[in-house]
Amino acid sequence: MLSVLAAAVLAASPDGGGAVTLPAGRFAPLFGLDEGQKDFAVAAFRLDVRPVSRAEFAAFLEASPAWRPDSVSRQLAEERYLASSKDAHSPRAPVVDVSYFAAKAYCAWRGQRLPTTLEWEYAAAADEVTRDASGDPAFVQRILDWYSRPSRPGELDLEGSPRNVYGVEALHGLVWEWTSDFNAVFVTADNRQDGEQPAGTMCGAGATGSARREDYAAFMRYALRSSLSARSTLPTLGFRCAGAAR
Amino acid sequence: MVVLLGLVVSVVGALPAEKAVMTQPPLVPPAITRTTPAKVTVELEVVEKVMQLADGVDYVFWTFGGTVPGSFIRVREGDTVELWLENSPHNKLPHNIDLHAVTGPGGGAASTFTAPGHKTRFTFKALNPGLYIYHCATAPVGMHVANGMYGLIYVQPKVPLPKVDHEYYVVQGDFYTDADFGVRGLQPFSMKRAIDERPSYVVFNGSALSLVGDRALKAKVGEKVRLFVGNGGPNLVSSFHVIGEIFDRVYLEGGQKTQEHVQTTLIPAGGSAIVEFKLETDGTFILVDHSLFRAFNKGALGMLKAEGAGNKEVYSGREMEDVYLGDESVASSVKATPVAPTAPVAADGKALYAANCAMCHQPEGQGLPGVFPPLAKSDYLAGITSSRRAEIVEFILRGKAGKLTVNGVEYNGVMTPVAGLDDVKLAAVINFVATSWGNKSAPYSTAEVKRYREALPPASAPEH
Repeated sequence: MLSVLAAAVLAASPDGGGAVTLPAGRFAPLFGLDEGQKDFAVAAFRLDVRPVSRAEFAAFLEASPAWRPDSVSRQLAEERYLASSKDAHSPRAPVVDVSYFAAKAYCAWRGQRLPTTLEWEYAAAADEVTRDASGDPAFVQRILDWYSRPSRPGELDLEGSPRNVYGVEALHGLVWEWTSDFNAVFVTADNRQDGEQPAGTMCGAGATGSARREDYAAFMRYALRSSLSARSTLPTLGFRCAGAAR
Repeated sequence: MVVLLGLVVSVVGALPAEKAVMTQPPLVPPAITRTTPAKVTVELEVVEKVMQLADGVDYVFWTFGGTVPGSFIRVREGDTVELWLENSPHNKLPHNIDLHAVTGPGGGAASTFTAPGHKTRFTFKALNPGLYIYHCATAPVGMHVANGMYGLIYVQPKVPLPKVDHEYYVVQGDFYTDADFGVRGLQPFSMKRAIDERPSYVVFNGSALSLVGDRALKAKVGEKVRLFVGNGGPNLVSSFHVIGEIFDRVYLEGGQKTQEHVQTTLIPAGGSAIVEFKLETDGTFILVDHSLFRAFNKGALGMLKAEGAGNKEVYSGREMEDVYLGDESVASSVKATPVAPTAPVAADGKALYAANCAMCHQPEGQGLPGVFPPLAKSDYLAGITSSRRAEIVEFILRGKAGKLTVNGVEYNGVMTPVAGLDDVKLAAVINFVATSWGNKSAPYSTAEVKRYREALPPASAPEH
């Protein structure tokens, strides 16, 4: 059963339309800019169209017994690891309750990697028509509305945000997603001490405050990432893979 | 130094251990009777859930313990407090807690930063007595607080305050939705309004309904009441006032200093006050933020009902009413003739009107232009049509929010439900209005009122 699913899934991804190439560009994330710095250069990269599904992850488990819930080390994943994988969901539903280590291993198994936070935010700033909608209050409010709600049964079966201008789907409104450097930018646990962070703890070695104080949606993503450790597993946290542009 | 540390640890280890008694608003845990320190364990679970902000208005609250404000924590000065913060796996967001009662960086915030489905713990010593706000301090802090993440912790002084008959827990908060007050349905948080500091709701205990009607605070005439009052904010400062009461004593800003005979006390956002008063006479006393449009248009209104025998020496009620002609009568300043009381039923209705309606609609039913619609010379009441007869009963029992046009003027305010009227009293007060000031409508019978009341949908109670 697992291998049948895996074959079907592999046929459809990642090169059969399961991923798209995002063009190089420049982007100003919420955190990480040096004083006087306007933005970062982002090189072109490939990103999965949707978060990794439970079926895709099942194929990985089939090939990698060490990552099955009954054999994985507690150092690499918490007790909840894949706990919600038993719930009935559509095949497209994202895998959740998966640790950073497991997500990273999955992407490596596919010859890929997790996106960086900069890459993820770059992709996620786009709406259906513009590359950077992060300053658009309506766009931010739409994202915020999902963040604000407690998770509901069946939510994983939803579609998430529609295909954006790059062709990437469900970056918002479905699950949180791991990034390769999720804990490189600290929204301090006490949000009011942003100004006191030591330089070097942050992406790009910058220690400035946030670029857009009104982008509450981005604040919440950074806060969520900061609250995680690499073995954390959350019923609302999944991932997608990235790779070199082609 | 090492020896000293060891000593401290062993002393802490020797403290008797207990679990804190915690209560949901408006209740306060009983006074602590211990006279020596203890190690007290406090467990708070963060729950994100939908509750009612006003009648028919739902909102996603983020809570400490499932209520807004969160569970009331009571410990004693000198106690060692072990605090557990549990973040439900169903929550989407990380949370933490900053208790203003904590001496230490962030008030515990960094030590309790907790991802969904996780729990954290830290321990502090309650050095300073007083009433303190606690709140979430996770980015974006303002939003976490705006969604209801605050509560009170009372560090009871070594010498406790004098015993009173009732202690209650009231916390004001401002809320931000795109839609204005009273628009029904699930209303999402509005970032824009929060940043602009333009709340659509200012309420006590997380809902415009939390302290009205059957949920009013209760006491008896002659009893002493102590209110532990907080202001969660996130933005507004509260001018806390109880209509018809004078605070015999206020512990300013929740600290040790007291002021006596206070009408209105200022409670900063992220601050508190303890107010005490004795109920000298009966009636309903209204808790408000005396920034009055918050009280009458945004929900900052609660009730305390004092039952028992009224004290006419303290407060007589209306003793007379007469025509006043001003300059038009020379005699008016010389002699006032008391008017004979009107028919018994009408008199009853008149008193009920004075007690329940006159505050907004004014003593002579004239209303306040643009704010409260007039009842006197009102086209709405001039001839009450049969369909409207039931509507009027509904307005009184259920309140009314939204647009209403009277005498060509559009009103868009809120009438809070009037509680405590049985069918006889309800008929009496409606008949008083329907036959006074030139209104000429057929009186309601008790049976008619009863029929309308029974046809009403059940009052929707908030979950907290």
